[in-house]
Amino acid sequence: MGAESESGSGVQSVDPDDVDAADILGSAIERREDPALLTGDAEYTDDIELPGMVHMTIKRSRHAHARIENIDTSEAEAMDGVIEVFTAADIEAPGNLPTGWLLDSLEQVDHPILAEDRVRYQGDALAVVVAEERYIAHDATDRIDVDYDRLGAVTEPSEALADDAPAVHDDASGNVAFDWDIGDAEKTDAAFDDADHVVDLDLENQLLIPNAMEPRAAVAEYNPSNDELAVHMTSQNPHLHRLLMSGVIDHPEHKLQVRAPDVGGGFGSKIHHYADEALVALAAKRHERPVKWTATRTETYLTDAQGRGHDTHAEMALSDDGDILGFRVDTAANLGAYLSTFAPAVPTYLYGTLLSGQYDIPAIYCSVTGAFTNVPPVDAYRGAGRPEASFVVERMIHRAAKEVGMDPAEFRRRNFVEEFPYQTQVAVEYDSGDYEKTLDRALDLLDYDELRERQEAARAEGKYVGVGLSAYIEACGLAPSELAGELGAQAGLWESGLVRFHPSGKVTAYCGTSGHGQGHDTTYAQIVANELGVDYEDVEVVEGDTDEIPQGMGTYGSRSAAVGGSALVKSSQKLVEKAKRIAAHQLEAAPEDIEFENGDFHVAGAPDRSMHIAEIATQAYLAHDMPDDMEPGLEATSFYDPDNFVFPFGLHAAVVEVDPDTGEIDIERYVAVDDVGNQINPKIVEGQIHGGVAQGIGQALYEGAEYDDNGQLVTGSMQDYTVPKAEHIPSMETDSTCTPSPVNPLGVKGVGEAGTIAAPQAVVNAVCDALDVDQIGMPMKAERVWRAANAATDGGEH
Amino acid sequence: MTRDISLTVNGTEHELSVEPRALLISVLRDELDYTGPNVGCESSMCGACTVHLDGEAVKSCTVLAVQADGCDVTTVEGLATDGEFHPIQQGFQEEHGLQCGYCTPGMMMTATELLDRNPDPSEEEIREALEGNLCRCTGYQNIVRAVENAAEKMQQEPAVADGGGD
Repeated sequence: MGAESESGSGVQSVDPDDVDAADILGSAIERREDPALLTGDAEYTDDIELPGMVHMTIKRSRHAHARIENIDTSEAEAMDGVIEVFTAADIEAPGNLPTGWLLDSLEQVDHPILAEDRVRYQGDALAVVVAEERYIAHDATDRIDVDYDRLGAVTEPSEALADDAPAVHDDASGNVAFDWDIGDAEKTDAAFDDADHVVDLDLENQLLIPNAMEPRAAVAEYNPSNDELAVHMTSQNPHLHRLLMSGVIDHPEHKLQVRAPDVGGGFGSKIHHYADEALVALAAKRHERPVKWTATRTETYLTDAQGRGHDTHAEMALSDDGDILGFRVDTAANLGAYLSTFAPAVPTYLYGTLLSGQYDIPAIYCSVTGAFTNVPPVDAYRGAGRPEASFVVERMIHRAAKEVGMDPAEFRRRNFVEEFPYQTQVAVEYDSGDYEKTLDRALDLLDYDELRERQEAARAEGKYVGVGLSAYIEACGLAPSELAGELGAQAGLWESGLVRFHPSGKVTAYCGTSGHGQGHDTTYAQIVANELGVDYEDVEVVEGDTDEIPQGMGTYGSRSAAVGGSALVKSSQKLVEKAKRIAAHQLEAAPEDIEFENGDFHVAGAPDRSMHIAEIATQAYLAHDMPDDMEPGLEATSFYDPDNFVFPFGLHAAVVEVDPDTGEIDIERYVAVDDVGNQINPKIVEGQIHGGVAQGIGQALYEGAEYDDNGQLVTGSMQDYTVPKAEHIPSMETDSTCTPSPVNPLGVKGVGEAGTIAAPQAVVNAVCDALDVDQIGMPMKAERVWRAANAATDGGEH
Repeated sequence: MTRDISLTVNGTEHELSVEPRALLISVLRDELDYTGPNVGCESSMCGACTVHLDGEAVKSCTVLAVQADGCDVTTVEGLATDGEFHPIQQGFQEEHGLQCGYCTPGMMMTATELLDRNPDPSEEEIREALEGNLCRCTGYQNIVRAVENAAEKMQQEPAVADGGGD
């Protein structure tokens, strides 16, 4: 496992039948998930059809900020096929959606599942329709009449924090949700006092809409005879949804099942607990019939938690020699109308702690003000805080290199962290790394020196070629739980895994993560087969159902391999220990004389005295001949709580040609060299990088949630919000190095978000390089680029 | 008020009564239980609902069921023959052309139509042909490889390609 790939040409997948059992971990085997997904047999939430099922729709606010004067549901209720229409006034104590991360200065505000007298974003839920058929429910929703008294709206964080901004919440003075800082302000000020050069940039990281291809959905069924409630839903973390929802709808947690069937992408948007699934559950209880709700695409645009939304002023202090002396960052972060599930953590502990990037920076200070605005709640979107940090760091590095007259690659090399573990000035300690290695590999793939020569020659011909680098760092598997608790987490961040041998010798592995496209069924089976020495095909993986998996925390933050995979390793190891004692007993040897290799236990020095682990499983359930005091059965559970985060890293580079007359950008090459530690399945790793990069390029060039002055979403459809198409994304050249993590038993780091973290600034730096300008805002649409290109000569602001 | 229509889906004929406003995707999914094609946007932008209508790839979220009266419909469920994957399915499996799988049924239906028209498309032609099918997971690179892989297989084994159902 962990062999480094040899070129940028991509990984070839292999049929698992062609892989020796001993080599299964680290092999690029084809995914076992795929057959169901390729034939239409997959079961997504909206595919679920239950006897007697009815349909639910939600009436949503058309205005971004208004007082509700009246909601008239009479016409809707009178329609044939409508079972019920209810508003906040019709339900006892409508629940409040909780915040799962608290900060000392956090202004907690109510977030009712149905708005009572005021709406705070376009899409806030006002009323629920339950009807016999989906079409009727939608018709009835249109016939609900709402009287609004409109209020002023604000959508940008910097504007929300200004003196005359409309108040989103009466209790949150100045729209401030929190003030937070990290680092040493005085030490950083001193570094700036001693600097030869200071550079600064105003950087906007625009609001993004996640756009998972499958809209959010939920189906709930209630059994009044035993009070059991089941919710099948688009979830990245069923156990977390169960815990939060049980409080919101006041239903006992142990009588609530949350199950994620096949889930069509999440990118963070399916972590959070929304009002919608709570309303589906309530409706199922009210009517004692199964209820289905599926968001329309319009609803996903209006209500899926959005990502990013930072206005930042950053300054970097430099020496003449090109050393970074200090880094000061001040950010206003958009939190939207309410505090979503993990919202307070994203622009603070997932952002400020990553501001050292790959660099040895002796003084850093970062302050963040969280702002309430009249946009949907803002929370984790693929990368969550870390893309924002990497964007600020790498844009500033590009600017700083130019200031001191150094090549940006050499400026990075000069300032890289070289010794590990490395304690940053912003709390975290990097586990392992080799930043020069990914830089050198990328420069080789680019043929960097030749590229710079070509760039100069092209410029002489009136062509604008640019190279942009992004030396990113990611932090995955947020841990340990004790630390997370000190920082404000209202949940642990361990993961749980159960590995169970069946009497026949087959194995089921249960994990509390919940994949939604990442291929966990395949990779977890690779892990467990390797640990137990059994055939890959003999291991079944179960995820995503609170009734099957004892406990869990879910899939987000690139945590599943590092934390969930490690939990399965720990459980497998416990299980092997027990099996070893049974083997010793039955082979009449001392446990310390038993050796375990490729599934066989044998007596040291006597390889023919051996038993296979599957045979021992049979014996463990027969229980006819067990060691004294040992219980029958062969299974083990672990709650794995890592000692630290893991820190993947890499170097991404974009080569662009910009047409200054049209503002069009052509990405000629995109090179990604990533180090995610050991790789369980290199083909899946490659796929994660590709997809992440595509979302990062999307942010750089196309995507952005735009609102008008009234807080109306202007980019509210796939026609208006550009989710990149096949033609928009270049063919990427990917490669990897391997620096195993010392933190977990697999030596893995995590890869789910790396591409999204790395890509935006690689592309922006390339365009700035091509046009020789300091700043262009994202998304770099043609008009913006054209303006930058044409203002470059007079140094204007863009 | 309903209208009687007949649809032949993956070779099976269905007679049914539908509302004039019912969309083909609703009828396929909700009435006939062909849940392979998915709904992603209800506006023909994302292509997750793509099916073949008399051999032509269409977005079934913007076709009325009554418009499909008397037509042959092929959904993703009709791609495999006697348990054998169509080359496009093999291509997606071998090249890791899917992650969450939600766009995949539509993506494959558009790709098979492309390969019917153009058995040996260039990368540029593949990317252009897929412009009406969005994927948020893969970055498209392995989808392009999957279509190339299928094209190669179909050229080697034209008999297999004919099993695709249209």
